[in-house]
Amino acid sequence: MNGLGLPLIGMIAGALLMVPLVLAAWRMIRGPGVADRFVALDMLIGVVVALTAVVALVTGRGAFLDIGVGVALVNFVATVALSAFLERKGSGK
Amino acid sequence: MIVLQALGLVMLLVGIGFLVLAGVGVARLPDALQRMHASTKAGTLGASLVVIGSALMLPDIRLSSVAFIIAFLLVTLPVAAQLLARAAYKSGARLNLSREDPLANVIGRQATPLEERPAPEEREPRQN
Repeated sequence: MNGLGLPLIGMIAGALLMVPLVLAAWRMIRGPGVADRFVALDMLIGVVVALTAVVALVTGRGAFLDIGVGVALVNFVATVALSAFLERKGSGK
Repeated sequence: MIVLQALGLVMLLVGIGFLVLAGVGVARLPDALQRMHASTKAGTLGASLVVIGSALMLPDIRLSSVAFIIAFLLVTLPVAAQLLARAAYKSGARLNLSREDPLANVIGRQATPLEERPAPEEREPRQN
């Protein structure tokens, strides 16, 4: 299936994925509250997980999906830590 | 084989569409919980669809890692979103509600959001 051009499809998909990335980054920079920024960060790393799958498509190496697993793990730990910070600091004294 | 690749391409494009919708929702909706509503559901589905689509299009792929990343996304993203929503509610993030708050007497909530409170060193000294 080289006629389909997997790298070309991957590059187009990566270019299309820049749209949600830029929108989430704009919300993260602009966001009026702390909670808005954390939500935008969560969304941003979710888009990055999709981008690792697209990079696997461009390079033809399935190992990039494992990097996606790692990024998703970091996303989970970071979101839990940030929400613990927000809950403690926000409802604190 | 060509059927699998066409299916993968369709899933990739649908997943990108969901991610773009989630991005528009994060950028345009008015408060933190509504932004989370857009980003969590559409973002989880979109990322999972992009991963499945590109795995279907790749010639040599281990199904175990694909299943693992999908299961991981489906398990962790809702948990993280629930924790973040609870923290946002309790810390008094600005909400724009259409009726009164049903959780008002159930969960304690701060009156002002974190970023609008005075910094600790700028507070007035306690009067003894």
